[in-house]
Amino acid sequence: MTRYVLWGASWLFILVVLVTPPVMVLSEALRDGIGASVATLADPDAQAAIWLTLKVTLITVAVNTLFGILAAWLLARFRFFGRQALLALLELPLSMSPVVSGLVWLLLFGAQGWFGPALERMNIHIAFAVPGIVLATLFVTLPYVVRTVLPVMELQGRDAEEAAFLAGARFWQVLWYVALPGVRGALLSGVLLTTARALGEFGAVSVVSGHIPGETETMPLHIENLYNGYQSVAAFTMAALLGVLAMAAVLLRAAPAWFARWREKTI
Amino acid sequence: MSVEVNALLRTVPGAQAPLLDNVSLHVPDGMFVALVGPSGAGKTTLLRAIAGLDPYRAGTVSLDGHVMTGVQARAGKIGFVFQNYALFPHMSVARNIAFGLDVLPAATRPPRAQVAARVAELLDLMQIPTLGQAYPSRLSGGQRQRVALARALATGPGVLLLDEPFGALDPIVRRSIRTWLRDLHDRLGLTTILVTHDQEEALEVADRIVVMQNGRIVQDASPQELDCNPATDFVMEFLGEAVSFPGHVQGGMMYAQDEAIQPFSVPAHLADGPATAMIRPYEIGLVPQATDSGPAPVRAVPRGVRGGYRHYAVQVGARSVPFFVAQERDGLALEGRALDISRARLFRDGRACL
Repeated sequence: MTRYVLWGASWLFILVVLVTPPVMVLSEALRDGIGASVATLADPDAQAAIWLTLKVTLITVAVNTLFGILAAWLLARFRFFGRQALLALLELPLSMSPVVSGLVWLLLFGAQGWFGPALERMNIHIAFAVPGIVLATLFVTLPYVVRTVLPVMELQGRDAEEAAFLAGARFWQVLWYVALPGVRGALLSGVLLTTARALGEFGAVSVVSGHIPGETETMPLHIENLYNGYQSVAAFTMAALLGVLAMAAVLLRAAPAWFARWREKTI
Repeated sequence: MSVEVNALLRTVPGAQAPLLDNVSLHVPDGMFVALVGPSGAGKTTLLRAIAGLDPYRAGTVSLDGHVMTGVQARAGKIGFVFQNYALFPHMSVARNIAFGLDVLPAATRPPRAQVAARVAELLDLMQIPTLGQAYPSRLSGGQRQRVALARALATGPGVLLLDEPFGALDPIVRRSIRTWLRDLHDRLGLTTILVTHDQEEALEVADRIVVMQNGRIVQDASPQELDCNPATDFVMEFLGEAVSFPGHVQGGMMYAQDEAIQPFSVPAHLADGPATAMIRPYEIGLVPQATDSGPAPVRAVPRGVRGGYRHYAVQVGARSVPFFVAQERDGLALEGRALDISRARLFRDGRACL
């Protein structure tokens, strides 16, 4: 009996908290029909926002994946001075409000910031420009790859890597042929989490971007802008698109497990 | 390829004693050496240092007279078999074995067909010709062992380092793979260093045995020499069951503390003073009792038969001393006046003094 109560309660909670919002978003987006909804995406500012988001996500995922793999490998294989501190620092973006991290970038690179004026003179724009958005997103999504890959790498042990070094493999060969194949699953998971987070980042980006429509507006910022301008169909259409992208990332994350189960059944 | 280890020192921060304390070792070309000792003695540490896997604070490792720097300098010259085999789980057996050839720079890498031929040759040598396409997870312990060995030998190294390679195998496989390995060593003209905690294994395969304790080499000798003249009481104890009798030397005779031990003569140059006699149970004898002198003070109680020896226990003072007799010796008296331990080695302050 208790089991069914728990089961029912869990589903009810998930339905209310997790399922209702996307359904509401979708129904709001399609309120005036699918044609009107799609038409809002033709707006040049909307398209600029979509392209900017994809661009920022691509850069962020590439940089944080490479850095994350190297950092996880370093942290798993070596004991060095400051290792514990580095591990703790890696948690910072998860625990700190994104708005605060956005402010830090402004403090560094803004017009009144430490390096801002000097960079302005060299015609390098970071705050209120795309590089600032990339930096803010990099900061926020930094922990995901390291955090997912590190435990698996630690579990994997170093014997196989040492065997590879002794066989004459160089650093990149060991990483590519021996260390990475063992952490494939965790790496995919980390990359997709990074993607989902980078797509949706609002707080940090909002602070550094300056909200210039068509230039520094990412999808989340554009949605807020539209909504505040009472363009609710356009806002919810963009929201639905963003939701679908994020959901695709999450579904992809579960795909390897499904694939493995399917293969087991067919063999 | 000869291996020369010179005054190797490895310390870890925080630990009092060094892991390797000025270890020097010379292994001539073609020799099979076993590193033995209790856990924590530094055997694996020494082996890893020779392979260049761990840094050392001072000292050098040379191969054929050339001082080796990093692990890169040793690549291809040293084959290493890890205790848990450390195969690459996502590669087939053939790719595991070919790894050392596949990672060579394009200029020196042999053509594909040649690599395949080398893999087939090694699979044959390891007596697993059909396993090339299998994955390590499907193999038995003994098969993994052979794949690990084939991988270590793929680049044609002159030195083979084995870190407790038989640890995870069952006793029967263990015994057969041991003799097979020795045969392989001879056929390929390798220089092999084997780490094991099993002294019997070491005595069986090695030309020379290096006994380690607390990061130092205690004795480095042939199995026979080691058995006849152990350098310390620890070596004596480690190489097989031993019984010790504390006592003292006086005027060329050794007197054990126990009454039931017959005093025996020792070389005259041995100074008077305390000493410990150590003896293997099969070297102990019984001194016959005169026929009419009442009940014998020493009596052997049967404890079964093992490995061609009849086992007995003899009560000496408060303890029970094991005592083995070869099975073919019949009609042996099981009572006597005293124990004859004249074949014992004498140790003073832990070091051999005879």
